[in-house]
Amino acid sequence: MKLAKSVPGAVTEAMVPEVVRVRQVIRETGDTITLNIAPPPRAGGFLFKPGQFNMLYAFGKGEVPISISGDPGHPSELLHTVRAVGLVTSELTKLQIGDRLGVRGPYGNGWPMERAKGNDLVIVAGGLGLAPLRPVIYHVLRQRGEFRRVALYYGARTPQDILFLHELEHWRGRLDLDLSVEVTVDRAGADWFGHVGVVTALLANAYLATDGTVAFVCGPEIMMRFAVRELERYGLARTQIWLSLERNMKCGVGLCGHCQYGPTFVCHDGPVYRLDSIGDLLSRREI
Amino acid sequence: MVASICHAREVAKREPTILGREGLSALLDTLRANGYQLVGPVVRAGAIAYEAIAGLDDLPAGWSDSQEPGRYRLSRNDSPALFAYTVGPQSWKKFLPGAVTTLWQAKRQPDGGFVIAEPPTAAGNYAFIGVRPCELAAISIQDRVLQGGEYCSTAYLARRQKNFLLAVNCTRPGGTCFCHSWGTGPKASANFDLVLTELLSPPGQRFLLEIGSATGAEIAVQIPQQIASPHELAESAQLLERASHQMGRTLATAGVKELLARNIEHPHWESVAERCLGCANCTMVCPTCFCTTLSDTTNLTGDQAERVASWDSCFTLAYSYLHGGSVRSSRQARYRQWLTHKLSNWFAQFGEAGCVGCGRCITWCPVGIDLTAEVGAL
Repeated sequence: MKLAKSVPGAVTEAMVPEVVRVRQVIRETGDTITLNIAPPPRAGGFLFKPGQFNMLYAFGKGEVPISISGDPGHPSELLHTVRAVGLVTSELTKLQIGDRLGVRGPYGNGWPMERAKGNDLVIVAGGLGLAPLRPVIYHVLRQRGEFRRVALYYGARTPQDILFLHELEHWRGRLDLDLSVEVTVDRAGADWFGHVGVVTALLANAYLATDGTVAFVCGPEIMMRFAVRELERYGLARTQIWLSLERNMKCGVGLCGHCQYGPTFVCHDGPVYRLDSIGDLLSRREI
Repeated sequence: MVASICHAREVAKREPTILGREGLSALLDTLRANGYQLVGPVVRAGAIAYEAIAGLDDLPAGWSDSQEPGRYRLSRNDSPALFAYTVGPQSWKKFLPGAVTTLWQAKRQPDGGFVIAEPPTAAGNYAFIGVRPCELAAISIQDRVLQGGEYCSTAYLARRQKNFLLAVNCTRPGGTCFCHSWGTGPKASANFDLVLTELLSPPGQRFLLEIGSATGAEIAVQIPQQIASPHELAESAQLLERASHQMGRTLATAGVKELLARNIEHPHWESVAERCLGCANCTMVCPTCFCTTLSDTTNLTGDQAERVASWDSCFTLAYSYLHGGSVRSSRQARYRQWLTHKLSNWFAQFGEAGCVGCGRCITWCPVGIDLTAEVGAL
C-alpha cells in the first residue's frame, strides 16, 4: 500500500483495499454494530494507534473511513464500530460472520498518548465519538500506572443509544482502575436514573486541575465546540486540548482533496488536532 | 524524461539554435520516431483544445484568441504563426491522467468472497507540444501534489515517467493572463525538455530552440538547426520582455496568503456568492485543481465491481457531504474554500501557491467572476 517512489516499477495503487473476513458481529444499539474482522496480514501484526482509522469497503457499494474501536495492545483483533447512517454504513452493518469486506489503513495520526503520560486525562465523548476513544481507554487500562486521574464523560442521545454499555459499567465498577465514568443522555424515559442533559453539563460539575491535565474530545462538532468552552472555563490552555475532527473523505491518503479542514488534510494531518493548531477554525461556520 | 523532481539529470549546456518551419516539423517527426505520441493544440468547437496530432500541419496556424472575463473568441488571419494564442479551456491534466481513471476491479468468488485486481496502467508516452510556461508551472505543482508525498497516484506517475514537454514561450499574453504576477511566465524557466520562441520578423517565421533537459538535448541533436544570431536572441528577449508588460490582469501576490487567511469572515464572500453559479467551471479548467472523487459501482448482476476516480469540484454539495448534510452548504463557503485553498492554504500544504496565473477560471466563468478582482476586494 505504501508507495516506493524510488522504485517506480514496484508502485501499488494506494486505493486498493485488502480483502478480509468478518469474524464476529457485536450488536451495540439499534443502529450500531461492532465488526470484528480478521486484520490484514502484516509483519508484527496489524499495529495501530488509538484514534487512527481504516477505510472500509462494502463490495460494490463504496468505502467509508471508520475509526478503529478496539484494543491497540491486542493487534490480532481489529474492531470497528459502525452506525448505519448512509448507503455504505448500512451495508457494513448488514455483514454477517464469514462475509468479506475491503480494508485500507491504518491512516491518520491518532491521540497523543505520550503527551498524556504523567497527567490527568479527561476524555469527553459524544455519541459515536466514544468509538475512536475506546482504544485510548484500553491503552490507559493496560498502562494504568502511567496516568494520574482518568475521567470519562460520555453523552448519548437516549439510554438505548449508549455504546459499550457493559464495558462502561465494568470500568466504573472496578475499584482498582480508578477510572471515573460519567454518562448522560439527552432525553430518557422514567426508567432512567442517570443524568439527563448534554455532556457539557457533566463537565460543568466536574473537578479539573488546570495544570497537568490533558483533554481528548470527540463527538459532533457542535458538542466539541461547547466542550472546549467548558474546558477552557476550567483554565485548560488550548495546548492541553485535543479534538478528533471529521470531514468527507474519499482516498484517506491526501490525494483526493475532500477532507480539507483549513490548511490541513484531516486524513493525514488529523483526525486528531491540538486545539491551538487549528486557530479559531472550530468557531467558524462551513470550514 | 522531464527534469522532474524524481529524475533531475545533468543538462547539456548548448547554445540556443534556430529552426525553420521545416525544422520544427522535423522535431515533431523525431519525437514520434523516438516513440512519443504527440499531443498538441488544435481548433475544436471554436476553442483551442489539446488532442493527438500527426504533425506540424495539425497545429492552429493563423489562429489567435481574445479572452475576457466570461468571454473567449477565436479568430483567424493570414499570419503563418503557430502559437499566436494563449491557453484554451483544456489543460494538460486531460492526459495526466485524465478526467476518469479506473483504479481497480473486483470480482465475486464462488465462496462468497471477492478478489481485487488492478488494471494494467495505461502509460502513454506523451510528448506535449506547445506547453505554455504557466502550464509547466501547473504540471510541476501537480507533481508535488500527486507524486511528492507519502502516497502517490500511480496513473499520474506512469504518465509523468515518460512525458516529453516541448514548451512554447508566450509572446502574446491574453486578456485574462497574469502569470507575470506569479513569476511563472511568460518565459519558461524550468521543468521542460525543449522550449520554442516563435519569431515572425523578416526574413520570416522561425523558432528559437533552447534545451531544458538531457532528454531534450538527445532529441535536439537529431534535427537540422543553426546557431541563433545575436539579433535573434535580442528579438526573442525583447518579445518576452514586452509580453510581461501586456498581461490582461495583475494579482498582488505579495502577502496574498496572509490576506486570505485573515479574511475567513468578510462581507465580500457574500457578494461573490450572489454572482457565483456554483457551476464548477473554474475548477474543471484550472490546471492545478487535483480533487477527485471515487465512485464504486457494480455490473447489473452485481458480481463485478470497480472503483473509478474522476475529477471532482469543491463547488459541489457532495464534495463536503457528511452524514446529515454538506459542511459547505452555502455558495459563499464553497467559493471561499476554493479561493482560500488556491491562494493561501496551498502554501501550508505544498509550500507554494496553487495558482499559476493562466486566467482560465476568469475566462471560463459563465458570469465572469475575476479572481484578481475578488482578491483585490478583500
